Amino acid sequence: MSTQMQETKLPANDPMIIDGTAYQSRLLVGTGKYENLHQAKQAIDISGAEIITMAVRRTNIGQKKDEPNLLDILSPDDYTYLPNTAGCYSADEAVRTCRLARELLDGHSLVKLEVLGDEKTLFPDVAQTYKAAEILIKEGFKIMVYTNDDPIAAKRLEEMGCVAVMPLAAPIGSGLGIRNPYNIATIVENANVPILVDAGVGTASDAAIAMELGCDGLLMQTAIAGAKDPLLMASAMKKAVQAGREAYHAGRIPRKRYATASSPVDGLFF
Amino acid sequence: MEITLNGETRQLPDDFTAAQLVDLLDLGGKRMAMEINQEIVPRSTFNNTTIHPGDTIEIVGAIGGG
Repeated sequence: MSTQMQETKLPANDPMIIDGTAYQSRLLVGTGKYENLHQAKQAIDISGAEIITMAVRRTNIGQKKDEPNLLDILSPDDYTYLPNTAGCYSADEAVRTCRLARELLDGHSLVKLEVLGDEKTLFPDVAQTYKAAEILIKEGFKIMVYTNDDPIAAKRLEEMGCVAVMPLAAPIGSGLGIRNPYNIATIVENANVPILVDAGVGTASDAAIAMELGCDGLLMQTAIAGAKDPLLMASAMKKAVQAGREAYHAGRIPRKRYATASSPVDGLFF
Repeated sequence: MEITLNGETRQLPDDFTAAQLVDLLDLGGKRMAMEINQEIVPRSTFNNTTIHPGDTIEIVGAIGGG
C-alpha cells in the first residue's frame, strides 16, 4: 500500500518581493522595547525576520560611551534595515530623518515612512505622508509607507510610487488586532504592490487573520517585545504568519449560517 | 565660536571642520550621520566642511525602534 504523502500545494519557495528583492520571511519586526539588544537579537532570530526596523535619534555625546550600538549587535550585513520616521509629525521632519538614515546606512534607500498626526492615537497624518512621499520618491528613496486602513489612501500611495503600503490594524502598540478586516481586504484586492499590516497586532491570531486576508506580510514590534515572554511570542508570530499564509493559499470554506453534517447520512442504520 | 550641537550650546575653535568635530567627540569610525542647519553633510565631505558660528549641528545614530 502506498503511503506516499501528497505534497501540500503551498510552494516551498513563496517569497515576498519588495522592490525586486525576494524575502523568505513575511514577518518584519522592530528592534526597540526589549530588555536589551541581546534579547532583541534573540527574539528577531526566533521570529525569522529578515527585515528589521530602526529609529534615528541623537547620538549620545560624551555619555554612555561603551553602550552597545544597535548596528554592532544586529549587523546590516545580516539583516535588511528599515529605518523608520517614528516621532515625525510633519513631512519636513520625516524627510530629514530619511536623509540622515540613508547617510547612516551608507546609501541604503529602503525606508519606512510614517508621519503621525496625533500623540494620543498615533494615527497617520495622511496629507503630510503624501507630501513626504512625493519628496522622498523624487530623491530615490524606496518607501514602505505606514497609512490608515483606507483603501483610497493606500491606492494613492501606491500610485505615487511607494514600494509597499502598510495599513494599520489598529493604533500603534494598542494590541487591538485587525479592526477593519473589510477595508484591509479591499486594500489587498486593489493593490499591485505588497500590502503589509503594520501596527496594532496583539497576538498570534491577529497575525494569522492579516495573512488570511491576503496581506503579503506584517510588521510588528510591541506584540513581541511587550509580551510576557518575548522569545516565545516571536516563535508564535512566526508560525501564525506561516499558518495564515498557508490558509490563504488553501482557500477557506465559505461561511454559512446553518450546519452541514461532517459524517455521511447514507448508511445510517436507524 | 558658539554652535548648537544636538540641542546644546557649545564652544568650538574658529575655522573648525566637521572632521575635527568628529575627532573631538571621539566619534571617528562610529556609525553616525551629521546635518548642519538641516542639510546632510556626507561623510566624504567632513574634511572640507567648515563649521560657522551659529551653526545648528545634529549628529545621529541608529537605535532600536518599531
